[in-house]
Amino acid sequence: MASQQQLSAVKGAKVLMVGAGGIGCELLKTLALSGFQDIHIIDMDTIEVSNLNRQFLFRRSHVGLSKAKVARDAVLRFRPNINITPYHANVKDPDFNVDFFKKFNVVLNGLDNLDARRHVNRLCLAADVPLVESGTTGFLGQVTVHLKGKTECYECQPKPAPKTYPVCTITSTPSKFVHCIVWAKDLLFAKLFGDTTQDNDLNVRSSDAAGSSENSKDVFERRKDEDIEDYGRRIFDHVFGYNIEMALSNEDTWKNRNRPRPIYSKDALPEKSIKQNGSVEKNGSTDDPSSVSAMASLGMRSPQDVWSLMENSKVFLEALKLFFTTREKEIGSLSFDKDDQLAVEFVTAAANIRASSFGIPLHSLFEAKGIAGNIVHAVATTNAVIAGLIVIEAIKVLQNDTKNYRMTYCLEYPTKNMLLMPVEPFEPNKSCYVCSETPLSLEINTYQSKLRDFVEKIVKAKLGMHSPIIMHGSALLYEVGDDLEEDMVANYAANLEKVLSELPSPVTGGTMLTVEDMQQELVCNVNIKHREEFDEEKEPDGMVLVGWSQPSSTEKKEENHRVSDVGTSNSSRPIAELNEDAEISTMEETDVVPTKKRKLSTASKNATSPSSSKVPADTDNHGKVEEIDDDDDDDDVVVMLDGNPDNTKTRRVVTSKNLCV
Amino acid sequence: MEGEELTEQETALYDRQIRVWGADAQRRLTRAAILVYGINGAVAEFCKNIVLAGVGSLTLVDDRGVTEEALSANFLIPPDETLYEGKSLAELCSDSLKDFNPMVRVSAERAGDISGFSGDFYSKFDVVVVSCCTLTTKKLINDKCRRLSKRVAFYSADCRYSSGEIFVDLHSYKYTKNKLDEAIECELQYPSFEQEATAVSWSKLPRKMSKLYFAMRVIEKFEEKEGRSPGGVSITDLPAVLKLKNELCEAQSLKESQIPDALLERLVSSQIEFPPVCAILGGVLGQEVIKAISGKGDPLKNFFLFDAFDGKGVIEDISSRDA
Repeated sequence: MASQQQLSAVKGAKVLMVGAGGIGCELLKTLALSGFQDIHIIDMDTIEVSNLNRQFLFRRSHVGLSKAKVARDAVLRFRPNINITPYHANVKDPDFNVDFFKKFNVVLNGLDNLDARRHVNRLCLAADVPLVESGTTGFLGQVTVHLKGKTECYECQPKPAPKTYPVCTITSTPSKFVHCIVWAKDLLFAKLFGDTTQDNDLNVRSSDAAGSSENSKDVFERRKDEDIEDYGRRIFDHVFGYNIEMALSNEDTWKNRNRPRPIYSKDALPEKSIKQNGSVEKNGSTDDPSSVSAMASLGMRSPQDVWSLMENSKVFLEALKLFFTTREKEIGSLSFDKDDQLAVEFVTAAANIRASSFGIPLHSLFEAKGIAGNIVHAVATTNAVIAGLIVIEAIKVLQNDTKNYRMTYCLEYPTKNMLLMPVEPFEPNKSCYVCSETPLSLEINTYQSKLRDFVEKIVKAKLGMHSPIIMHGSALLYEVGDDLEEDMVANYAANLEKVLSELPSPVTGGTMLTVEDMQQELVCNVNIKHREEFDEEKEPDGMVLVGWSQPSSTEKKEENHRVSDVGTSNSSRPIAELNEDAEISTMEETDVVPTKKRKLSTASKNATSPSSSKVPADTDNHGKVEEIDDDDDDDDVVVMLDGNPDNTKTRRVVTSKNLCV
Repeated sequence: MEGEELTEQETALYDRQIRVWGADAQRRLTRAAILVYGINGAVAEFCKNIVLAGVGSLTLVDDRGVTEEALSANFLIPPDETLYEGKSLAELCSDSLKDFNPMVRVSAERAGDISGFSGDFYSKFDVVVVSCCTLTTKKLINDKCRRLSKRVAFYSADCRYSSGEIFVDLHSYKYTKNKLDEAIECELQYPSFEQEATAVSWSKLPRKMSKLYFAMRVIEKFEEKEGRSPGGVSITDLPAVLKLKNELCEAQSLKESQIPDALLERLVSSQIEFPPVCAILGGVLGQEVIKAISGKGDPLKNFFLFDAFDGKGVIEDISSRDA
């Protein structure tokens, strides 16, 4: 019944929405229609054309404007008498601290990246405000409810690490198109147009090949007065011809692999073919550099077409030429952006030429763009459904109806006749380092690793802290802040470069470090365990954090892993940074299988028989679902059973917690 | 596939969804014509979804004016009453929808009397969606669509407070299913609404059948019997609704506990649609219509039922069991 109690709970509620994208637009509309009167909404993004197919509060004329502000204005047009407060800002800004979060009765997430989700989770825990979390990809979606002490927090289940590739696969032995994309984007594009002071594995390899690092460095530099087309052909011949021949000379590499074919520009293209019809001048006359396109100047239209080797070669040379003729000022500071047409064209062409060398099928620009930009599939309908489910849970939260909280999965194929499947929320994971106080263990070589390595690879990358303080007992080893004394800053900077055992307060095996983030109000204790050696391929960080994720998710087999996040890693750092654009996210598989069984007394029995109940989905919906057989009870609930921990496939269920909106 | 290539503008706008269903499906969508007869909150959501998806055209029919109930869950109606003068609900919604996607032709037509629309009228469309109409009208339109030589997909969407259902009739539907790199040709035969709603013997339906299915039939029957306007049942009618339920259960040899009184009470407790349920029904309906047009994915057969109370979105295939 539309009870008075429900109405007053809704009317009196102060709600914080994080994200005004795909889910956010739908959510704001449904909240407004449902009678919510005081809604605050944070989003740092501006509107793009590719948002318009689902973010229905936005129009073409809004492109470039703040999502949060435009969304507010659009909703006020049909519900003029409610209060919507927009913030065009990053939710990680210090203004949005625990006190800010405490003002709200419930927080609703419509985010697109793991980092922000973890941050909001921690603030909600610290402020003790309930969180309704959501995500969608394509036809799949999910809504979960997180209430401190009652249900698991967002981080109780380990999140799989972003996909990375061994460096040698990228630089020498690609076997999939994605390897060629990573090479083209993170190595070649970065080398030619990015910051040349950054390490680049392309550089390392070619210097090996050329014998002298001085000479090879020059290879990529345009010589004085060098004709742009000659330069382009020289780069082409170097990376697709000469370097492949060098690689071929190492016979061992090719014993069990297909040998690549060197490609030279004279074979792929007739001489000087692209010097035609003054296209450069035509392009150069436009004021907007983002409108420059090699495809346009070559008269190529469809981004869906797969180009031939010759077409790819033309696009490669034309795009390179256009960068130098129309966007010269940006060279040296460019980084790949999926919305930069010319960059996408260059990367597509380079990846295809390389793929051609290695006998890998070529792809269209449309497909290459999706891979290079980690573009997540998104449709309006799933977002609308998920937004409806969020509001239903939010109303339960406001009424304190704890026993009826559900996490709900939106499926592509029905399971047990259900397209929308509610599941009882899971209890908090007692060994979660975020919502319980369980200490973590770190295996590290304390005589070799520097404090900087610990800060970058563990504190920031793994623990997701932004402004950490690191303490050894009462001794401060490191902290971040605007109001630090100069000598402290110098002190910390010096500490960063010291190996752990040589710090003023030495960190060795048996040391307990305390790591704290003031904004997130999160404290973690880390037990240090000294270890001499690490496997470079399997443990590229040179250190292993135990307790923050479980073995079953960290040791996922590569073939099971959907390629969703393009990045590579070498022994010292990831090549690709995760892009946090609204359109981009690491699509992560969620493990909805709980660490703890519940409600069903027979759960452990079922857990050992992986096929007891199959989810009939094509690829991703592997999971075991058991329905409680309580017959005529209207309120029957589906329970996810604990998976066989050795079988990673059964742990990978339904959809993703870290999805695009 | 034959037909025109997508324009650059279309590829840019529809980028994210083309990555879900492919360029072929998008081309089919841009050629599809949709008719909506009767606009409630759930259908308003549906309209938004398919206009965003980029169908060819959307024709709206609903001669009613704006009412309190219509306003409550329909974000397509502007709050400014001065705009309502002389305009039908369809015209007002059409004005808002045009703005959502300039590449879709959205228009409103006056129904007058729906029986005046001949079969030919429906043959102009690929999809017909009805809501807010009497059982008789629903059956009539369903029937007209089925008689056409061309396949016109028929859907109905009804929301009663915090519960609702979608009915699907694709008549005879062929599609290709991709399973493990193998293309399998599938053919589904759908029954009409009349066959399902009235002719199916309830006692033959499985015991696990969604109780909401039966409850929706009881209220539908009540409206028809009492000559009520669609959605015109209120809490004061509850005793009479419960009485009808008992009669129907007896006639159909169905245990009365299969249609809990509390469920019926909830369905008639408010004549206003619960907006989150509208979003869910409109979302699922949008997805299904896109599937049927594009020929991609397994279509729903033939009832979808959602109840916010237990949060389940259930699919029931009623025809197969009766056949």
